[in-house]
Amino acid sequence: MVERSYEKFFRRNRLPHLWCPGCGNGIVMKAIVQAIEKNPNYTQDNTVIVSGIGCSSRASGYMDFDTLHTAHGRAIPFATGVKLARPELNVIVITGDGDCTAIGGNHFIHGCRRNVDLTVILFNNNIYGMTGGQASPMTPLGKKATTAPYGSVDRPFDACKLAEAAGATYVARSTAFHVQHLVKTIEDGLKNRGFSFIEALVQCPTAYGRRNKMGEPAKMMAWMRDNAVMKTAWDKLSDDKKTGDKFPIGLFYQAAATDYDTAYQQVINAAGGGIK
Amino acid sequence: MSARLMQGNEAIAEGALAAGVRFFGGYPITPSTEIAESLAKLLPKVGGTFIQMEDEIASMGVVLGASLAGKKVLTASSGPGISLKQELIGYASAAEIPAVIVNVQRVGPSTGQPTAPSQGDVMQARWGTHGDHSIIVLSPWSVREAFDVTVKAVNYAERFRTPVILLTDEIVGHLRENVELPAEVEVYPRRTPKTSRAEGYEPYTPDDDLVPNVANFGEGYHIHVTGLIHDETGFPSGSPKVTREAIKRMNDKIARAEDIIEVHQEFMDDAEFAIVSFGGTARTAYEAVLNVRKRGFKVGFVRLVTIFPFADKVIRKLAGKVKGLVVAELNFGQLVNEVERAVAGQCPVKLCAKYDMTIFEPEEIEQSIDELIAEVNGNG
Repeated sequence: MVERSYEKFFRRNRLPHLWCPGCGNGIVMKAIVQAIEKNPNYTQDNTVIVSGIGCSSRASGYMDFDTLHTAHGRAIPFATGVKLARPELNVIVITGDGDCTAIGGNHFIHGCRRNVDLTVILFNNNIYGMTGGQASPMTPLGKKATTAPYGSVDRPFDACKLAEAAGATYVARSTAFHVQHLVKTIEDGLKNRGFSFIEALVQCPTAYGRRNKMGEPAKMMAWMRDNAVMKTAWDKLSDDKKTGDKFPIGLFYQAAATDYDTAYQQVINAAGGGIK
Repeated sequence: MSARLMQGNEAIAEGALAAGVRFFGGYPITPSTEIAESLAKLLPKVGGTFIQMEDEIASMGVVLGASLAGKKVLTASSGPGISLKQELIGYASAAEIPAVIVNVQRVGPSTGQPTAPSQGDVMQARWGTHGDHSIIVLSPWSVREAFDVTVKAVNYAERFRTPVILLTDEIVGHLRENVELPAEVEVYPRRTPKTSRAEGYEPYTPDDDLVPNVANFGEGYHIHVTGLIHDETGFPSGSPKVTREAIKRMNDKIARAEDIIEVHQEFMDDAEFAIVSFGGTARTAYEAVLNVRKRGFKVGFVRLVTIFPFADKVIRKLAGKVKGLVVAELNFGQLVNEVERAVAGQCPVKLCAKYDMTIFEPEEIEQSIDELIAEVNGNG
């Protein structure tokens, strides 16, 4: 019998979800609640899930917490407001590659810079799924999209490098294939007091895989299995081996730094305002 | 409290604090910056939070998040920044989140004349964000009233769970007056759920006044908030009926609240003509009224404190009593269209417009009223 205790974290009456058959979003959504379940400091009453707009951002509606489905790209500012208004709440942001790195790119880097105590989980499907397959800032070079019919010539972001450079204090990547690793990665992100960023690669068979001849969903996941390289192994690879589709997963960066709320509490103390 | 010399923008910050605002998110922009600067200093003294965001979109988002978590919130900007905020002002309208947005108007469009006064954002305040949203727009004419109207704006935001635009201008924002502020003000508390989750609480079920008692985050209600059209549960709905009813209720909750319509009238008992104005321009209009009355003309003074919902009934009624109206506004002509709509042909309406960076001189408004009187009474 499979343990399904995590199901209490879902709004059963809001399921089934609207994602396509074979989509990886459900795997990441489940990994999030499994990570929450392992952390006694995160309860359904003291945790707020904030999302933007896009396929992945619909996850908030299925999760039984206080949930906030914001406007396109704006999840991080809203989440910052929730967190700073009530620092005792845990705030998790669910976003996508378009939501987070295109329209929300400015908010993303500034959230990292401030080190607000948020855990941001980017579901990277390499495409705008909800609107039917347009290129995003994380569509790999040469891949096809409805707005890149001859292959994308826009150089993609490495969102993890971006987060690290911008000041996030926990930065990691996993995939919808590496489920146990994904759960552990999110679990560690939840523990970090500061801006935690986790990129979760997900397969989008409908809007991305099909157009790029990547095969059925299982084959897209096998591609993740075959090309993801753990950071520890990746660092030992010579540059000539880091070619083709290979990409690193794992923990890229972790640092101890004062989170924004703690810093602002010092401002309040300096101003003589007592406890917020 | 003893009298203090302060700026309109500072009075807005003081009014916000008095009304219970404990969270401000903003971005620097002339001529509204003093509001952010004042609150950066004042909010932490009372345990509140000030945050300077990366842009005005984020400033709007951060205050909406804080409002949902239970804080009374305010943000402030001017022309270009207010344009950026429009997307999330609509979100606040749709998701029914209390928030006050101060617009210290400067000359536009675009970067315009950043340090010069204007009243060119009247229709943007009403219709700036997309869709059939509702909104409340208030405008003060003095430093003391900037304080009072800010308190009202915060209270209305809470009472109606709506964005409220405090539409001031560079004239009032940078005006310095000696003011005495009240020690206490009447404060509308955050609305709270009347039923428990176990009793089947639905966050968007309207109360008798058509306003829902949406729970704050972190109180165990597990609510869902979205900018998608939603039913009473708060979850999105694709139903035409739900869509129609949601848009209607959102508009009706404000349209039917006539007690929020505030119009300042003087010299109207014997008035044969009247000057309609608002905000900083009303200060000059008042002087113009005094001057023309000294010359023996029975001219009244009408000042809209509540710009939207528009004072249709008040204007319609007074239009039936006077021979003509002058609308004085520091723009190319915006409020005049609302006045004409309400007057509905009962009397002539003449626009006194100015859009050259400078404020009105009383003589300019006097000239308009003189011309109107001559047109109506004949040149005799």
